[in-house]
Amino acid sequence: MNFELTQDQKILRDSVRDFVEKEIKPIASRIDQEHKIPQELTDKMAELGFFGSYIPEKYGGAGLDAMSYALLVEEVSKACASNGVFISAHTSLGCDPILHFGTEEQKLKYLPDLCAGKKIGCILLTESDAGSDVAGIATTYKRKDGHFLINGSKIFITNGGSRGTGILFATSDRALGHKGLSAFIVDLSSPGVSILKEENKMGIRGTSTAAFAFDDLKVPLGNLLGAEGGGFKIAMETLNGGRIGIAAQALGIAGGAFERAREYSKQRKQFGKPICAFQSLQFKLAEMYARVETAKLMVYKAAWMKDSKLNYSVESAMCKMCASETAAYVTKEAVQIHGGYGFIVDYEVERMYRDAKITEIYEGTNEMQRIVISKALLS
Amino acid sequence: MNFELTEEQKIIQATAREFAEKELAPAAADLDRGGDRKIFLGNLAKLAELGFMGLGIKADYGGAEAGSVALSLAITEIARACASTAVTLAVNNLVAEIIQAAGSEDQKKKYLRDICSGAYPAASLALTEPCAGSDSAAVAVTAVRDGEEWVLNGSKIFITSAPYAGVFAVFALTDKTALKGKGISCFLVEAGAKGLTIGKEEHKMGQRASATNELSFDNCRIPADALLGKLNSGFTSAAEGLAGGRINIGSLALGIGLAAMDYAAAYSAERAQFGKKISSFEAIQWMIADSYTELEAARLLLMSAAAKRETGKSHMKEAAMGKMFATEAANRACYNAVQILGGYGYTDQYPVERYARDARVTTIYEGTNEIQRLIIAREILKSI
Repeated sequence: MNFELTQDQKILRDSVRDFVEKEIKPIASRIDQEHKIPQELTDKMAELGFFGSYIPEKYGGAGLDAMSYALLVEEVSKACASNGVFISAHTSLGCDPILHFGTEEQKLKYLPDLCAGKKIGCILLTESDAGSDVAGIATTYKRKDGHFLINGSKIFITNGGSRGTGILFATSDRALGHKGLSAFIVDLSSPGVSILKEENKMGIRGTSTAAFAFDDLKVPLGNLLGAEGGGFKIAMETLNGGRIGIAAQALGIAGGAFERAREYSKQRKQFGKPICAFQSLQFKLAEMYARVETAKLMVYKAAWMKDSKLNYSVESAMCKMCASETAAYVTKEAVQIHGGYGFIVDYEVERMYRDAKITEIYEGTNEMQRIVISKALLS
Repeated sequence: MNFELTEEQKIIQATAREFAEKELAPAAADLDRGGDRKIFLGNLAKLAELGFMGLGIKADYGGAEAGSVALSLAITEIARACASTAVTLAVNNLVAEIIQAAGSEDQKKKYLRDICSGAYPAASLALTEPCAGSDSAAVAVTAVRDGEEWVLNGSKIFITSAPYAGVFAVFALTDKTALKGKGISCFLVEAGAKGLTIGKEEHKMGQRASATNELSFDNCRIPADALLGKLNSGFTSAAEGLAGGRINIGSLALGIGLAAMDYAAAYSAERAQFGKKISSFEAIQWMIADSYTELEAARLLLMSAAAKRETGKSHMKEAAMGKMFATEAANRACYNAVQILGGYGYTDQYPVERYARDARVTTIYEGTNEIQRLIIAREILKSI
């Protein structure tokens, strides 16, 4: 066993950490309040390669490994969970399916713009009646006049508002269940695509969460991703990798909230001494730290397994479940340690508490993770 | 043992529920998003008309004289619809009870009627300061006697209802040389007093319709008879009242938790995934079973504390236990409710998102749950 990061991974982590301190942390509160990530920040992150971390260099990416990607999302999320999911949904859900299931032509056509941040990636999977139950998708496709014609609607599309490149899932026939699903690479600025609304959310307010309608959207035949009818497999494998991204985001939120709680407990005085001098506070910090470290090991192990080409579906489900519940727990305690101040938006833990909640829900609810884990245990 | 409510308590509970459903629920989401404060204040006035602003206050002073159990029931029902309204109701009743317990006849006549009748939109308790949070005996606002007046200086934070309160119960240091906690007195300061400034309104995670502000006192002069209770014993005389405040906040949390689970349980019976209602899955059933059990246990703890309070029995430990348990149960209930609604529960299209934010502060204000644990342990250990 070796728990050391490589030299390259350490350098990457430290440089991301510096960038986050200087460029993201000072504006994280504004991003939350204005419900928007400034374009200048997106441009800076693009320049540093944040949008194509583990995509091979020949497609415009930085050619890093999955571990480095996890470190990137973790460090960004320590200061701003909205940016964490912005990068994670773009990379794991927008770019990854093209990298793994796309033809060479598709990769060369779409990945460079995605890696450069010129197009923001997203996945269009969830529908109003197809949440945890992916096979319930009702958006349809059919062939017509040398195109695919897509009709239907999608909800909760992270990064949807950028109208970049989307991986859209539709069925040829609902009666076929998951066997009828296919995936398509879609340009979301095309005619036939409309945004119905942007959700107003409890947290991760800097990211767009959009509802889409597709009305006779024409998609070229060459934009079918993978085999026709192979959409379910693409969705499952994509979500599998995506869980590492969301787990890394949750880990970052937890680590960030822990650090702020630790600092605050050293500064804040009550009863004539810093509150960290009280045993109940010390025990809280000990438990929080132990849980952050546990989550970290789970996330890094899943990333290592992905890099080692091992089957990591159970590990990714476990790390997502563990890290997201750690984030919810640690942010709750961080607010509690801040007392009344923790309920006020001037303190970062207020935002972190709201941001943490979604990590237990999206990318497969934690209930779905438990199903994945227990199925594997019992098969 | 008797777990039945009296006829009067049932009527108060039903009245509160009906008012909450008809008047408060339809406006709550909009008020949370920064809606019109006039509507919020209008609802408070209607609650005063119904007699809810002085449920524990004697009829002689304009109160309903209904007792602590009735107050707890009313707050829970109001909180089911709007936690911001419920906290205002809770604080008004708390301040009124403190005045009733410690005030002179003149003070009671003067202030209780105005609080109970709604002539004052609200009343505020001004205890917390930047360096006196859990360590509330560390108050640094000073009150110095000058002839026939007291002169107040210093600042308070996190003061509920400050911009529309008619009167503030302000805790200030009157004897700097006394042992900690033994030199604090309580004063009744009227809104508009010269030298009293209402500072910025905090932007909060939840309970956003209710205002939370800084107060600053800059040579604020108030008459000698503004002193509430005995000099230098403001802290001890307020202790009984604060115990009642804990029952109020536990009751408020209970209302939020019930609202969240009622919504989520109904949702689970409608929402289909994998070809059946999600309520048919054991995982969802367990969340529902756990939360309702905890909320029921919280209700019993609160009722027992309130029953002791209104019959004049010691209830310091019970009030702390009820506050601690109910607020934590409510947060778990909100957590489960958001989880049951999945992605929908994270958006403001569904009320559970607001309930979850509103519930969070209940483990913090009116004494953090850490302080409640200290009180409980102290009460238990002092009898050994």
